[in-house]
Amino acid sequence: MSIKMITEEYVSERLKKGIRDEKRGHFDYRKISIKTGTMPNAEGSADVQLGNTRVLVGVKIDIGEPMPDNPGEGTIITSAELLPMASENFEPGPPSPESVEVSRVIDRGIRAAGVVDTKSLGIDEETVWNVYLDIYVLNYDGNIFDAGSLGAVAALLTSKMPKYDNGKVIRDEKMGRLKTNGISTSCTFAKVSGAILLDPNGNEELFAASRLTVSTDENRIRAMQKGLGGYFTQNELDKAIDVSFEKFGALRSVIKESIGD
Amino acid sequence: MKSDDIMEEEIELMKNGKRLDGRGPGDLRPMSITANVIKNANGSAYMEWGNNRIIAAVYGPSEALPKHTANPDKAVVKCRYMMAPFSSISEHGRPGMNRRAVEISKVTREVFEHAILVDKFPGCEINIYIEILQSDGGTRAAGITCAAVALASSGIPMRDMPYSVSAGNINETVVIDLNMIEDMASDADMPVAILPRNNEVVLLQMDGSFTKEQFDSAMELIRKSGEYISNLQKKALKEPYEKIIDRYA
Repeated sequence: MSIKMITEEYVSERLKKGIRDEKRGHFDYRKISIKTGTMPNAEGSADVQLGNTRVLVGVKIDIGEPMPDNPGEGTIITSAELLPMASENFEPGPPSPESVEVSRVIDRGIRAAGVVDTKSLGIDEETVWNVYLDIYVLNYDGNIFDAGSLGAVAALLTSKMPKYDNGKVIRDEKMGRLKTNGISTSCTFAKVSGAILLDPNGNEELFAASRLTVSTDENRIRAMQKGLGGYFTQNELDKAIDVSFEKFGALRSVIKESIGD
Repeated sequence: MKSDDIMEEEIELMKNGKRLDGRGPGDLRPMSITANVIKNANGSAYMEWGNNRIIAAVYGPSEALPKHTANPDKAVVKCRYMMAPFSSISEHGRPGMNRRAVEISKVTREVFEHAILVDKFPGCEINIYIEILQSDGGTRAAGITCAAVALASSGIPMRDMPYSVSAGNINETVVIDLNMIEDMASDADMPVAILPRNNEVVLLQMDGSFTKEQFDSAMELIRKSGEYISNLQKKALKEPYEKIIDRYA
């Protein structure tokens, strides 16, 4: 019997009795803590601990060219690194489909809710500020989607704009904060042994049949993504969306606390 | 229409309940599917969906290579979704896989990992290739719909044949099957794939803005359109055999 099979039996037996690791209910988060500004060289940063998952998000702001279809408007460039140190299952090399998916799902949640005011990032028609959002997974114990999106929002909300002077970026003089509008949060669910679990840990993700991330702001769904080779029923989707709206307030408070607001 | 004109904002996507191309909110674009179009492949299909032109082909089951990708319990599904550099209404695209294509290939693979009875072929791989020859919005949905026919025509056993279509939000009206112009200017885009027999949702992506109520009516529109798309898929599979029957009738 492999370790994976033993763990699967352990988790599914306990789930049948309604018990999760850390004695959580199906729709409970693990303990979340966010520290912002931990990397002072970056324009913004946030170190998120979600249970044993640890994600560091760094924001750098540089000048560049606008996208051809949005002259005078800045852009957000998001990427995610599943560092080999974070798990024995992560390998070094070019971005895996998994890391591409993580970065694009987090990016859409932030972009669709208009968290960054990209219009304020225009310097002139051909010069704009580009916001580079890098998500570094330092330790993996499940749910890097929510840890990453909490960190991304906290880091953006505390980012400071460098000074622009005649084509040069002066980083030691800051020009106030990056302009943002509101907050979006995401809730990720996994279907394990037929049960829908919020904030799955590493053990639970190991044999999740399917995964669902729902990003919302106060009253709108902003982004969704189903992942893995399983399925969801309409009722399961409805439940997950309802829970995501319920959790928005609490997650927003965690972010606000971390940015000293 | 030139792509520059589309970039201009303030195009009215809906007027008196009609969309730019004359469709109502719940109307699909015209579509057609032909099975068995690539001789060398085990299964294949060609689909026209509005101005989208898509070819899908399936190879396998065959020995999974390189060997470390093999799974002793089930077949591994490999999927490549790619857009031809000449496929878009605007400029020449960069050839090869960009990050968007990597993600679409992944979510498409996951659709078929559930649809195919993978336990039947331990140690094997099944390759699904989806080439977007011309694109006009909703290509991943069209790719999945087309690849499902290709798989069925290859005879690889599936628990059900998935269909896929996207829904959107135009000025707070929920609409089905966005074309490229609508997709770029709309308030939401939500591609969904479903196994119709038990209504299992196997693909769900969304970005933009939906209330919970709009989400539910979008899902309803998708299921309603799915009946039409599923029938078209089945018709495409029967057609080659009906021709043979006609010949001998």
